[in-house]
Amino acid sequence: MADTTATTFEGPSGPKPKRAFSSTNIIIYGTLFVVCLYYLLPLYVMIMTSLKGMPEIRLGNIFGPPVEVTFEPWVKAWAEACTGINCDGLSRGFSNSIWILVPSVFLSIAIASVNGYALANWKFKGSEVFFTILIFGAFIPYQVMIYPIVILLRESGDGITNVMQFFWEDAPRFRLMGSLWGLVIVHTIFGMPILTLLFRNYFTSVPEDLFKAARVDGARFWGIYFRIMLPMSLPIFVVAMILQVTGIWNDFLFGVIYTKPETYPMTVQLNNIVNSVQGVKEYNVNMAATLLTGLVPLIIYFASGKLFVRGIAAGAVKG
Amino acid sequence: MTNTNPSVEIKQLDLSFGKVEVLKNLNLEIARGEFLVLLGSSGCGKSTLLNCIAGLLDVTGGQIFINDKNVTWAEPSDRGIGMVFQSYALYPQMTVEGNMSFGLKNAGMAKDEIKRRVDKAAGILQLEPLLARKPSALSGGQRQRVAIGRALVRDVDVFLFDEPLSNLDAKLRTDLRVEIKRLHQQLQNTMIYVTHDQVEAMTLADRIAIMKDGIIQQLDDPNTIYAKPRNKYVADFIGSPAMNFFKGEIKDGSFSSPEVSMDLKGYETVDGNLPNTNAWLGIRPEHIQSGANTKGCSFVGDATIEIVDPMGSDTLVWASLAGQSIRVRTEGQSSLKVGETLKIGFNADKLSIFDTDTELRV
Repeated sequence: MADTTATTFEGPSGPKPKRAFSSTNIIIYGTLFVVCLYYLLPLYVMIMTSLKGMPEIRLGNIFGPPVEVTFEPWVKAWAEACTGINCDGLSRGFSNSIWILVPSVFLSIAIASVNGYALANWKFKGSEVFFTILIFGAFIPYQVMIYPIVILLRESGDGITNVMQFFWEDAPRFRLMGSLWGLVIVHTIFGMPILTLLFRNYFTSVPEDLFKAARVDGARFWGIYFRIMLPMSLPIFVVAMILQVTGIWNDFLFGVIYTKPETYPMTVQLNNIVNSVQGVKEYNVNMAATLLTGLVPLIIYFASGKLFVRGIAAGAVKG
Repeated sequence: MTNTNPSVEIKQLDLSFGKVEVLKNLNLEIARGEFLVLLGSSGCGKSTLLNCIAGLLDVTGGQIFINDKNVTWAEPSDRGIGMVFQSYALYPQMTVEGNMSFGLKNAGMAKDEIKRRVDKAAGILQLEPLLARKPSALSGGQRQRVAIGRALVRDVDVFLFDEPLSNLDAKLRTDLRVEIKRLHQQLQNTMIYVTHDQVEAMTLADRIAIMKDGIIQQLDDPNTIYAKPRNKYVADFIGSPAMNFFKGEIKDGSFSSPEVSMDLKGYETVDGNLPNTNAWLGIRPEHIQSGANTKGCSFVGDATIEIVDPMGSDTLVWASLAGQSIRVRTEGQSSLKVGETLKIGFNADKLSIFDTDTELRV
């Protein structure tokens, strides 16, 4: 044994040496660097512009860092910029968006997760047909449903008003069309197909034996949902949350159609600030406003990047 | 088996998924304290039957009684059963203790009673040091013991096992098999055990039900199933390596085929007479004598050795007898060589003979 330890091998032995500067590596990292630059450059320009005063911007040197850093444009974008008759900046849109976002995300995820759970584990007669119809909904262009939903919201708002006035004569007129709640309902409905698909696929991948064991243990529909399925599906809930938060926050079409100026979400307000045709174009304020609006999805992505990828992968296992 | 007070009784059970009939008019009575094994290859309906008994599948027709109570429409938790699954099916986010007490909490049992039962089950299964752990921190064998414990705390009369050992490695499987047998002797509960492993079936069962295509082929104690299989499927299925078959003809009390011709004197027929018919003659590899032991056998012949599998305790020989491949089990430390001629022989009393048309034992 003693002399075998001293043996030197002829030819390749042990781990294969890796070269740091192989041509493959240079191409891969070079490409990545160029692509990064390509995507980061506009962001750089936006941030720099937003920190400059208007006189400096007029000099036209868009890549240069600000000579005199000013946060005035940010303050103006947030609190003073005018859209129509309202001159309280994006802050109004921000709070509107939050009021739309939170209930929409909560409602859509709550309903879709139960939907997906029922479709995965409590198959009923026609459940597959139901699921197909739901998925089909994901492929219908939104534009087709705009007018029907306008009428639906108006009529159901009136319907609710009638019911309330039946019990209480002085009940105020309840409006769904043009209110934040109307938009919440719209977002919840339109989130349903994709979220249900996501949850159904996830719950299908949970071993069926687990579900059976829980039934033998006396848990029923809600018991299994809350005590077994929910605690072990946090990743998919995070994924659904990310999808919904970014989707609803970035929504423009529904926001502009189903609300009115006082209840415009942030994106619509941003558009109105940036695209206003009166007066001087304040590029620095526009940049600051755009960055402010993009902040929420940006934070969500940064905070949950890994979970997002994991959840998407988990949700995509089975069809 | 006559029993006026069966633990589980299944009457004319039918189950179909759409047009596919999985179980057909199945009748089964399981006595109190009996260990019944449902054995069959995959897709034979054994797990489906277990799921029907558990109430996890709605039956298409027929009735299920547990402890003389008609539970055909009852929820799984109301049937007085505990179930152990192949994949353990432990709740991943709960501790071992949480897993075992989940069912009792659902039933609204008092806390100290839950604790008493969990402690008792943990004691029986030696799970005390593991109670605070999550399933992910347990080995396969420990997980399955927890799963058994989860059934145990329910304090039920009927235990259902759905291939509980199939996910374990060979050694652990043997250990846990013994543990399950000990548990049965200790608790004296009725146990219904689904497996495709015939060693598990033979070692554990009081009675084995061999299933094929949703029909019970034979329901008997292990020895009878091994020695007197009722049809050719059962004969072929039980025993490893499988029984040797020769296709031939019975005429006036003797069998003749291209490979084997012998007098059937000493063969115990089902109804006392031996018909003249085309038949399969079956002989288990371990009942074929070889070498000097063939002296006095009703059939003696020469076979050419093709493959020798030494297994330690015995040696398995694949040989060719008049062109047909046969399997012979011989003693452990043999010095047989490929290509040699092996003298083999067997007697009529160890045979199993099946009609070629009906495939039933004659």
